[in-house]
Amino acid sequence: MEYEAVIGLEVHAQLKTRTKAFCGCLTEFGAPANTQACPVCLGFPGSLPVFNEKALEYGMRAALALHCQVQGFTKFDRKNYFYPDLPKNYQISQYGLPLASGGFLEIEIAGAKKRIGIIRAHLEEDAGKLIHEEDNSLVDYNRAGVPLLEIVSAPEIYSPDEAYEYLASLKAILKYLEVCDCDMEKGSLRCDANVSLRMPGAKELGIKAELKNMNSFKAVRDALNYELKRQKEVLESGGSMRQETRLWDESAGKTRPMRSKEEAMDYRYFPEPDLPPFVLSDEEIKTIRAGLPELPAALKQRFISQYGLNSYDAGVLTSEKPLAEFFEACLRLYPRAKAVCNWISGPLSYELNSRNAGIESLKLEPEMLVRLIKLVDEGALSNLAAKALLTEMLNSGRPADELMQEKDLAQVSDRKALDELLDKVIADNPGSVRDYNSGKANALMFLLGQAMRLSKGRANPKLIGEMLKKKL
Amino acid sequence: MLSKNDVARVAHLARIDLTEDELKLFARQLESIVQFIDKLKELDVSSIRPASHTPALKNVLRPDTIKDSLSKEAVLENAPKSLKGHFLVPKVIE
Ligand SMILES: [Zn+2]
Repeated sequence: MEYEAVIGLEVHAQLKTRTKAFCGCLTEFGAPANTQACPVCLGFPGSLPVFNEKALEYGMRAALALHCQVQGFTKFDRKNYFYPDLPKNYQISQYGLPLASGGFLEIEIAGAKKRIGIIRAHLEEDAGKLIHEEDNSLVDYNRAGVPLLEIVSAPEIYSPDEAYEYLASLKAILKYLEVCDCDMEKGSLRCDANVSLRMPGAKELGIKAELKNMNSFKAVRDALNYELKRQKEVLESGGSMRQETRLWDESAGKTRPMRSKEEAMDYRYFPEPDLPPFVLSDEEIKTIRAGLPELPAALKQRFISQYGLNSYDAGVLTSEKPLAEFFEACLRLYPRAKAVCNWISGPLSYELNSRNAGIESLKLEPEMLVRLIKLVDEGALSNLAAKALLTEMLNSGRPADELMQEKDLAQVSDRKALDELLDKVIADNPGSVRDYNSGKANALMFLLGQAMRLSKGRANPKLIGEMLKKKL
Repeated sequence: MLSKNDVARVAHLARIDLTEDELKLFARQLESIVQFIDKLKELDVSSIRPASHTPALKNVLRPDTIKDSLSKEAVLENAPKSLKGHFLVPKVIE
């Protein structure tokens, strides 16, 4: 029996404010425990929370970019429960009148576009951080009161790959908006997943499991894959699901039921009396909307039509806003879109990935990359040498010409020097020469590779190709 | 009719310990409060917008500027027990 998977994602995005949602404590990650807390975020009697205007603005930006309807009247509620990470014994959240609802996010899956509904986006405060030891739990309240936007998708995600794409697209949008760092390792983006199986075509949703504790997009996909397999096995063996929360165990590659001393939940929401409601005028909403940047999907489309890039390259270039800006800055200096694109989506992206860094953190100016590309286009540098040079440039922050001189990497096009080089290759590899002459075309590639190696990548490949064929 | 069990459940959610006598007493008292609310329900309020707050305030915001936090020592003064700069509590997951 082939079941149909139904997935809904709840994403908590930390809004990138300097201070917390309701007090002036810093939100900086990694500070010593309990050094960013005050009477407001610790819930001392007599303290009064006042909402951070940036958090409201960032929340509205995100909601509008997700095509949500921002509500003209919105307020905070208290969500009541007892847990040690919650110093006030309630969390300030939004229940009945959330900031925004009814949007969608467009993803691309196997080349086709698909819209996934956003049910709601609401503002709330983060809880503290718990560390569990052998016999005790430790609590750090630095994170308590940090502003979050909870973004709830409709149960319209039908595979772990779609879930992955949804998260990647959401991350790209939030980063373009500059409202969230989206660093899952630092917890500035967190994702819980509701997942169930049902008979194909059934209207009703099956009984779901809520998955938590996934620390990367890949972990979300892995956890969903595991969980779908597990649920299928339970159903096929005649068992039934029960609604439960399960934790992803990364090292075991499994989900397991969470056993918590938390009681069955009854949050008894009521309006937060300390925080008056917000009335957002059409005018204000319009202003925020007008200030939204060009978003990744639109930018990708523009790159395809304006510069003639393929979908994959355009996707790589628009994956991060600074990279897209870098690309266009290069084009203003050197309008050969295809060459610039190849260098950025190829060698440069490779360097960025291996350094786990963004372009903005490297000492590479658009002028420097353009100069490197020009040296290749003019034949002064081989592609291979240029790639090595790019690594050097990123390591040292120095320009291509300087390093080319110093490292002696300039491409050799001098026929006499190449002649000697090829003679040596032929003398050293008589077997391959025989192979070539008996019709094995591959042998030529081998010999050329040897020549390139001997020249430390500096030989002009086109030229030695021509010369070698004549010699053989 | 509000049962003793209803009261016990609400008391537990609020972490209030009640004696058997108190449970009976509060069941009776809460019952009359609930009845009073039921009476209010008879009013026609279809033309009145629900109010979430009593003061006539709206859009109270603060700029995103830093204010001093408490010292770690001051924060931990409120901890029944502390360890390594953290609040120490009984283990909350198994
Ligand atoms: Zn604070």
